[in-house]
Amino acid sequence: MFGPAIWRFGGRMDPLQEMQRLQREMNRVFSGLEQPLNPEVPPLNAWVGESDVVVSAELPGVDPGKVDVSVVGDTLTISGAREAAALKEGDSYHRQERSHGRFTRSLQLPFHVEAGKVEAKYDKGILRVTLPRAEADKPKKVAVKCE
Amino acid sequence: MENITDYQKEPAQTPVKMERTRNRKVFVPKVDIIETGDAMVLFADMPGADENSVEVVLEKNILTITGTVEPQDCPGRSIAYSEYDTGDYERTFTISDEVDRERISAVVKNGVLKLTLHKAPQAEVKKIAVRSE
Repeated sequence: MFGPAIWRFGGRMDPLQEMQRLQREMNRVFSGLEQPLNPEVPPLNAWVGESDVVVSAELPGVDPGKVDVSVVGDTLTISGAREAAALKEGDSYHRQERSHGRFTRSLQLPFHVEAGKVEAKYDKGILRVTLPRAEADKPKKVAVKCE
Repeated sequence: MENITDYQKEPAQTPVKMERTRNRKVFVPKVDIIETGDAMVLFADMPGADENSVEVVLEKNILTITGTVEPQDCPGRSIAYSEYDTGDYERTFTISDEVDRERISAVVKNGVLKLTLHKAPQAEVKKIAVRSE
């Protein structure tokens, strides 16, 4: 299992990862420090509906043309780079808290998606990817016949 | 007459802790501050905020940056996985008198606030002539 996954029934797939997350959460609560839960960049949120899944990522200050969104089977990958500010001769940092560099995140989706109909929008520093469920993967209703 | 035992004033926290009326999380945006030849440039990461929701206030020498972010939701879908939370942004800085208060510019692009604080023109050196009498 690589990276997080959303299970078909809505839960997470990896029990070990879930335990570690719980442990981190408990440590965070008792230490009284507001530390980020997951240091991975970019942080992701995912919403699952009946016919699609929406994944959003916080990516402030990234050139939308340089963000790569790809789907293979049921795995979504978001990658790109955030560039550092160009410093001129004589400029100096007083404070540097924002990170820059390359990033890659993968998320396993609860179902196969229609790769051709995936939409990605970047607005106000948030990337939002809408992935419709593949027709072949949708639940089929079987009519019950009476003879 | 009783002796006065507690006459010391209570020192205030700087800045004085304030409570918010809105029940929403508040985050401290990460910033980069770069000093260039004629300005201080501040970059703050505020994903979800735009030029209409970011506010920059300079009062005396306290610079406050706030950004309000409306909660994101997807109607008809339920949250299945969450690594980040949405909330407002707030951060305060004390700035020195070297900054020209009339020339502060703020631009928000792709969820990043860029604040340029131009330095005040150097106080001219005044030479005082010494005379003999």
